[in-house]
Amino acid sequence: MGLARNAHPSPEVGTSGSAEVADLVDAARQGDQRAFDELVRRTYAETYTLAFRLVGSEEDARDVTQEAYLRAYRGLGRFRGEAQFSTWMYRITANCAATHLGRRRRHRHDVLHDDVPVADDSPASSPELRAEAGELRHRLVDAVDELPPKLRAVVVLRDVYDLSHEAIAAELGISESAAKVRLHRARRQLRNEVFPADAGRGRTGRSARAV
Amino acid sequence: MRCEQVADQLADAATGQVLLEEAAAEHVGTCLRCQAEMAQYRRMLRVLRALRTEVLEPSPSQVADVLAALSAAGEQRAVDGLLRGRRVVYVGGLAAAAATAAAGGALVLASRSRRRVGLAS
Repeated sequence: MGLARNAHPSPEVGTSGSAEVADLVDAARQGDQRAFDELVRRTYAETYTLAFRLVGSEEDARDVTQEAYLRAYRGLGRFRGEAQFSTWMYRITANCAATHLGRRRRHRHDVLHDDVPVADDSPASSPELRAEAGELRHRLVDAVDELPPKLRAVVVLRDVYDLSHEAIAAELGISESAAKVRLHRARRQLRNEVFPADAGRGRTGRSARAV
Repeated sequence: MRCEQVADQLADAATGQVLLEEAAAEHVGTCLRCQAEMAQYRRMLRVLRALRTEVLEPSPSQVADVLAALSAAGEQRAVDGLLRGRRVVYVGGLAAAAATAAAGGALVLASRSRRRVGLAS
């Protein structure tokens, strides 16, 4: 998928629910088109990145992102203010990506094999952690890219974007238990790829099938 | 308890949000292999979490395309709203005309029946 080449850190990522964004959302809900346009400008990169991580190609990610914003625009009246706008966009994007992948699979007959605040979730809290993250990052990004789309979607939405099991299940059109099973499989497969020397047990290999 | 039996719980426990079941916790407490595996999940989850702070730089044309699509959708919505409004006016006009006609007919009938009553008396 090659996310590494153009990716850059963004201090505003994940905080698009700031007071300013909330004001824009309010204005957009009252029919202010320019406010919604501004929301698009501010959140586009983040939404596009998620779409890219889910569908794995720039062209498809563009389509998914555009569809996600159109759906958000039409459904803005249903957006509940207590949720962050960014979280709402993640859910819509996940849903659009699932639809897109399903459509692509039907058309091309692709074969699909089928919060997480960690103990210390501050990635740059020490030089050691930064080095560790740098060392692991490339292998992990590659391993995520190699996952079957159904497993990739769940682990990206849960472990990268922090969506709940319930939200993931709802947007992907699967049961919560299926979402959890996929998450287990995806994590195990990632660990096997990233730490191959210790991948002796519970290995599912690349032929793992999503439920 | 054996390592294979706790394997599925380790990643969840590594998130810090889920506790190991008692028997599993007991096993992990004495099993270096499981402790190492859990540490690997922790590192992996930390890096995955950090990926959220990285975004792709879209080309300006991508954002422009979305804004154009939204503008078209907004115009369509305005047109739909206008047409819906006209439809309401049209239907309302028809209803008013029908009501007026019915009222007129009722008046004619009433005056005729009064005339008949007058002639009979």
